[in-house]
Amino acid sequence: MSECIRLAHGGGGTLMQQLIDREFRCLYADPEQLLHDAACLELPHGRLAFSTDSYVVQPLEFAGGDIGTLAVCGTANDLAMVGARPLHLSLGLILEEGLELALLRRIIGSLIASARACGVTIVTGDTKVVERGKGDRIFINTSGIGLQEAPEPIGPAAITAGDQLLVSGDLGRHGVAILAARHGLDLQPPLASDCAPLWPLVQQLLAAGVRLHALRDLTRGGLASALQELSTAANLELVVEESAIPVQATVARCCELLGFDPLHLANEGRCLLVVPEVARAAALALLQPLGGAWIGAVGQPGRRVLLRTAFGSERLLVPLSGELLPRIC
Amino acid sequence: MVKRGQQAVTAAAVAELTADLARITTRPWTLMEVCGGQTHAIVRWGLDQLLPPGMRLLHGPGCPVCVTPAATIDAALQLARRSEVILCSYGDMLRVPGSTPAGGDDLLGVRAAGGDVRLLTSPLQALELARCQPQRQVVFFAVGFETTAPATALLARQALALGLSNLSLLQAHVRVVPAMEAILSDSEHQVQGFLAAGHVAAVMGMAELQQLVDRRRLPVVVSGFEPLDLMRGLLACVRQLEAGEARLSNAYPAAVRSDGNRAAQDLLAAVFEPVDQPWRGLGLIAGGGLALRPPYDRLDARQRFDLDASDAAPEASEVCIAGAVLRGVARPSDCPAFGSSCSPDHPLGAPMVSSEGACAAYHRYRR
Repeated sequence: MSECIRLAHGGGGTLMQQLIDREFRCLYADPEQLLHDAACLELPHGRLAFSTDSYVVQPLEFAGGDIGTLAVCGTANDLAMVGARPLHLSLGLILEEGLELALLRRIIGSLIASARACGVTIVTGDTKVVERGKGDRIFINTSGIGLQEAPEPIGPAAITAGDQLLVSGDLGRHGVAILAARHGLDLQPPLASDCAPLWPLVQQLLAAGVRLHALRDLTRGGLASALQELSTAANLELVVEESAIPVQATVARCCELLGFDPLHLANEGRCLLVVPEVARAAALALLQPLGGAWIGAVGQPGRRVLLRTAFGSERLLVPLSGELLPRIC
Repeated sequence: MVKRGQQAVTAAAVAELTADLARITTRPWTLMEVCGGQTHAIVRWGLDQLLPPGMRLLHGPGCPVCVTPAATIDAALQLARRSEVILCSYGDMLRVPGSTPAGGDDLLGVRAAGGDVRLLTSPLQALELARCQPQRQVVFFAVGFETTAPATALLARQALALGLSNLSLLQAHVRVVPAMEAILSDSEHQVQGFLAAGHVAAVMGMAELQQLVDRRRLPVVVSGFEPLDLMRGLLACVRQLEAGEARLSNAYPAAVRSDGNRAAQDLLAAVFEPVDQPWRGLGLIAGGGLALRPPYDRLDARQRFDLDASDAAPEASEVCIAGAVLRGVARPSDCPAFGSSCSPDHPLGAPMVSSEGACAAYHRYRR
């Protein structure tokens, strides 16, 4: 029988020490930190950003990533969305009794690789083991701190009429990859999640002097939710051109089949950018090589998102209501 | 990005068809698209905004979730609450409320309260479930038109062949042509031509629709679901109306052959027989449903669990006008509850629940 997590792995005794020594040590840039109850950090001067997120995805592994990739990129990306360079993460693991050690090792490998890609170090952590049936194999929580490098605050308050809306890449791939794995759809060609760090892009934009009025990580709820949230927060109408929104053909076809809208699907390495008109060209020059695109503009006062179809008609774009469920026929 | 190039080509073709439609239209025609998938596409793409002035599209009853009687939903809820039962169905079905006050819950609510409710994308997954969990009773809540019924028939056949004693069907399949007939029998109806559901025709062929045209003398055009397919269908239908014709035509030849899918038809005929069935909002429709034939009736969950067979539960709400919406005599936005006390998060009627429902489409795209 393959090696599994046992309740005693969370019991504070020798098995727990073994688990930390054998499996978790490699997560830490400075294994000394494992000896202390808290991490002590030397931080540069400036404004700090702080964010937390918990990860409960099923299936745990999917094309293009796993729960470990998400746990690092997700929190690091939240920091990047306020213009902060992600620096340090905490890592909380809740393991269910019976979790295969081989799977845990793969997830730890992803945590390490993603931390490297995001430029963050894991500095403190905690592990608990729950009885079989009391968890969903593994839950992860990460909290992160970052240093704000944007010269001016980024957020809905900075949005003004005439601002331009851009996305950093094609949409819906993570959502479809997860749905395909969950419902056993064998997509040809296979589709990988878009899970990736966003800080490198934000850093490039800041270095190029692009003024960023607002950024939004397009995770759960997809572009539709992000647009509605920004419109509501800024009290400005957003108008987007459907044909300008990049969606891969496989994603579009899969959505047609299942009755989903790609604009409702989750992404894990894509963001919405709101920039002043003068910054549009400079921003696009950096986004286009990544598959990003201009998608619309900020209009008059109001709290709604209008979508212009390829046929010249207009409709509302509203967030998904309830669970994402495949249709019947 | 393949899709954007395709979209530009489609947009140009749709613009061309829109111009053709404007050129040939001399009167304010009223057409009905039968299928909820078509309604959804029309509202999603705003195709009704492209029509000549005065031309109206009525939204038909072709949403299987919407027309499933409240009593059948109540039966599903009742089954899902039993500890030995695993209740499986398609996604849309899980959010439809039963009748109030006893069954105002939905299947997702029952799941949250501890019921074992599973979402399937294929009926054959129920077979697997029944084999793996011999100590449990697996009930497949079978809904849909002739598009999904063949897959249920296949499930029934395999269940009997394997001798599975722990699999049953809560049967709610419906037939689309009898519903079109029922709409035309309503004295209030305003339908001058139909866009028929392409996917149903792909299975059933053209014969049933031809009989409808022969009896009722109005144009019926089999149409697809994409913007271009729908505009082609509309143009073909208006062409007939302007010329005073009443024919069956196929504007979806890429998917629909005149004899349909013979293998699927044979399977349907072997497992099911047409029966009169109540539709939510439309009342009893002659030949509007499918019942399991012997020996497949052994799989009937209503009998196995001794459920009340009556479909006479009250509709969910007095203020909700779902019935009139399903008959095409009212628009979702005519309803006093639309967007206020009725929304997809708190639906009063089934057309607000299903992604194929007309109320949900209006709420989502043009509140």
